[in-house]
Amino acid sequence: MLLAIVESIGRQVILWMENSGRIVILLGNTLFHLREKPRMKHVLHQMAHLGVDSLPIVLLTILFTGMVITLQTATEFIKYGAQSSVGGVVAIAMARELAPVLTGVVVAGRVGAAITAEIGSMKVTEQIDALRVMAINPIKYLVVPRLLACVIMVPILVIFADIIGTVGGYLVATLYADISSFTYIHSITLFTVVNDIIGGLVKAMFFGGIIAIIGCYKGLTTGEGAEGVGRATTASVVSSIILIFISNYFLSLVLYR
Amino acid sequence: MIKLEKISMSFHGKYILQGIDLEVKKGETLVVIGPSGSGKSTLLRLMVGLLKPTQGEVWIKGQEISHLSEDNLNKVRIGMGMVFQYSALFDSMTVGDNVAFGLREHTTMTEAEIHKIVTRNLRMVGLAGQQDVMPNELSGGMKKRVSLARAIAIRPEIMLYDEPTAGLDPIMSGTIDRLIMNAKRVLGVTSVVVTHHMSSAFKIADRVAMIHGGRIIEVGTVEQIKQSENPVVQQFILGLKSPSAYVRRRSEMR
Ligand SMILES: Nc1ncnc2c1ncn2[C@@H]1O[C@H](COP(=O)(O)OP(=O)(O)OP(=O)(O)O)[C@@H](O)[C@H]1O
Ligand SMILES: [Mg+2]
Repeated sequence: MLLAIVESIGRQVILWMENSGRIVILLGNTLFHLREKPRMKHVLHQMAHLGVDSLPIVLLTILFTGMVITLQTATEFIKYGAQSSVGGVVAIAMARELAPVLTGVVVAGRVGAAITAEIGSMKVTEQIDALRVMAINPIKYLVVPRLLACVIMVPILVIFADIIGTVGGYLVATLYADISSFTYIHSITLFTVVNDIIGGLVKAMFFGGIIAIIGCYKGLTTGEGAEGVGRATTASVVSSIILIFISNYFLSLVLYR
Repeated sequence: MIKLEKISMSFHGKYILQGIDLEVKKGETLVVIGPSGSGKSTLLRLMVGLLKPTQGEVWIKGQEISHLSEDNLNKVRIGMGMVFQYSALFDSMTVGDNVAFGLREHTTMTEAEIHKIVTRNLRMVGLAGQQDVMPNELSGGMKKRVSLARAIAIRPEIMLYDEPTAGLDPIMSGTIDRLIMNAKRVLGVTSVVVTHHMSSAFKIADRVAMIHGGRIIEVGTVEQIKQSENPVVQQFILGLKSPSAYVRRRSEMR
């Protein structure tokens, strides 16, 4: 009984390590192909696709997050007479953590899933094999443009998120919590420094990379049939989100000490 | 041109092919026949390096390919074309873009030149004017023909056909058979054709190889295959219920 449990855990660990190894190899391969000039047409196409897919949800998610955070901070801070700090606290939380992580989660759900579904269905219908027979390297043709697009586009989405989140906070602070618009904005400029924003964008690049690589890996390793594509897509989203949360902690540790 | 030496292939420990030796000479058309699931598609996939053999060697134009990296393999594959059993068209591209794909990727041709080849190739497979259609609007047989037009676009020296006439009506099958024969006659293409259509096999083949139980049980010219003493071969080409049915029939004829 105990042995069976240990055995099953062991198997899971081995499987997990095997997958991690393969993902690292895929990443290495992809970076290796970056030395050749990537096709900007494909990258731009992917970026447009990705931006259009995610921007509305990112904006909506972050707007309300900015609002609720302000609501909570304002009520607590006002109790202690610290209303002049609300804007700054919200802006820092937004720029450092909330905007990059939530954008990452939204993009993982939309774009990561779409990447896996697209590549996965190409895999099960032998289109990847057809590419290979036609002497096209699927990593160069499919993975590189998606990786570049995600690494460039997620930070751009985060810039939008920073702005909309702050706007959401401003609205709640001024209209609901009776903090003057001057106090709120002044507090933002007092507390936030450029590094807060840049740190968030660096995180966003990492998250973009995670989403693209996991998305492509799960697509390229999809099992048989439509069922396989469905399973790969779910796995892609779940793995990306978990990795985003874990790496976020360590990125914060390095970026904001 | 193509040489398989002592090829064995197993999936999850189960051997699908065992000790296959096979050679295809330059300009020759070899037809591969065998029951469903006997490993015919697997054989073709080994020839283009989509699969690495569990044991044995695959030689293409004097080069052993099963140890090559993907990038070096691609140099060999430039000279090869393959028609997939299930077409494998790029479903995000139009029919025209599918056919043009190899030309755009591997040649410096202008769009006008490419357009001319695409138009000609589609006409050859009886799909004139279908450039702008998306693959998912086509029937299975039409997809098959687009796949063929795509494979021959870059004029490969070696063509691998996985059931090119499956799902086609007799007239269209005849057209495709003639296309394969013309490629050989006019361009000197070396071909391996997997087919279940015996009439088409006997028409286009220089030699026929039969796979059964993971081995090549018979290989020879069309005449040799027709005269084969092997009951399993006879059962297959005559479509009989069992090998013994052939043995019975032969003894009745004597
Ligand atoms: N990637 C794979 N993983 C596991 N098993 C495989 C794989 N590819 C093929 N097989 C198995 O190998 C055997 C031969 O398959 P293959 O597709 O080569 O047969 P075939 O002769 O082309 O059959 P058909 O005439 O039906 O197309 C089958 O039993 C199949 O299940
Ligand atoms: Mg087959």
